[in-house]
Amino acid sequence: MSSPRGPKACGGGAADRQIHVLAVDDSSVDRAVIARLLRSSKYRVTTVDSGKKALELLGLQEPNVNMIITDYWMPEMTGFELLKIVKESSALREIPVVIMSSENVPNRINRCLEEGAEDFLLKPVRPSDVARLCNRMR
Amino acid sequence: MLPLCSRVLLSHPFSPMSLMALREQLNMLVNSMYIEGLLDQQFQQLQMLQDASSPGFVAEVINLFCEDAERILTELTKDQAVVDFQKVDAYVHQLKGSSSSVGAQNVKLACIQFRQFCEENNKDGCLNALNVVKHHYYLLRNKFDTMLQLEQRIQAYDSKQQN
Repeated sequence: MSSPRGPKACGGGAADRQIHVLAVDDSSVDRAVIARLLRSSKYRVTTVDSGKKALELLGLQEPNVNMIITDYWMPEMTGFELLKIVKESSALREIPVVIMSSENVPNRINRCLEEGAEDFLLKPVRPSDVARLCNRMR
Repeated sequence: MLPLCSRVLLSHPFSPMSLMALREQLNMLVNSMYIEGLLDQQFQQLQMLQDASSPGFVAEVINLFCEDAERILTELTKDQAVVDFQKVDAYVHQLKGSSSSVGAQNVKLACIQFRQFCEENNKDGCLNALNVVKHHYYLLRNKFDTMLQLEQRIQAYDSKQQN
């Protein structure tokens, strides 16, 4: 049922099979930057400013989200809490979740990875970080 | 170089000499901002992300940053009689994040120092740090304004030439 995860060309792919990334960040500056970074790699990007809005979108009939990339530190719901909810959901748990943070806190990084985060990126995020994620898309 | 320019100036209706001068002014401004520590290499990253498909990207990020910064500085300037260190720290953390993302080096460094004072619950330190952040921010904003004006004038030339 699941497709083989062999090596594949990086980048978003053709329009009809475009990879869709959901980016979650309460900072408008960071949303603009991460969206541009992802779009320049030809991914389709939807940005939301909270975990709550992310879950609303993911709860739709066909969210078609191939990856979630979320800021760690957000008011109301942290990226870690969002990660936990996604991983505990049978409908959503296969979606890779990447956490971003401006702070290099080893405990935090480990907790996220243990909870099932695909990767942890330090801000400001670079094109090389995005390139690294390419193979992790669902 | 000069003789060639004046020949082109005489024959070309849109005065490319001015366009060159504008570009030169913009380059010198941006370079001076790097040299003076107002900007760091993150800003360069943003410049590299701008291309034909997203010509307004840098301007967009600058505008978002300025809106965000001024909102936060307004909040921080209120109620200076009683300092809620946790609340202040949360705001400064936000400003540090957005200044880091836009490449606003001096503002970012001032925010880092500000957070130190918050951690120490040092009220005077915080009040001083707020003034330092404001100083660096307004200096930067001034230069960003000039930068965006120059960019707009350059882009106006380019679009004129295409018509």
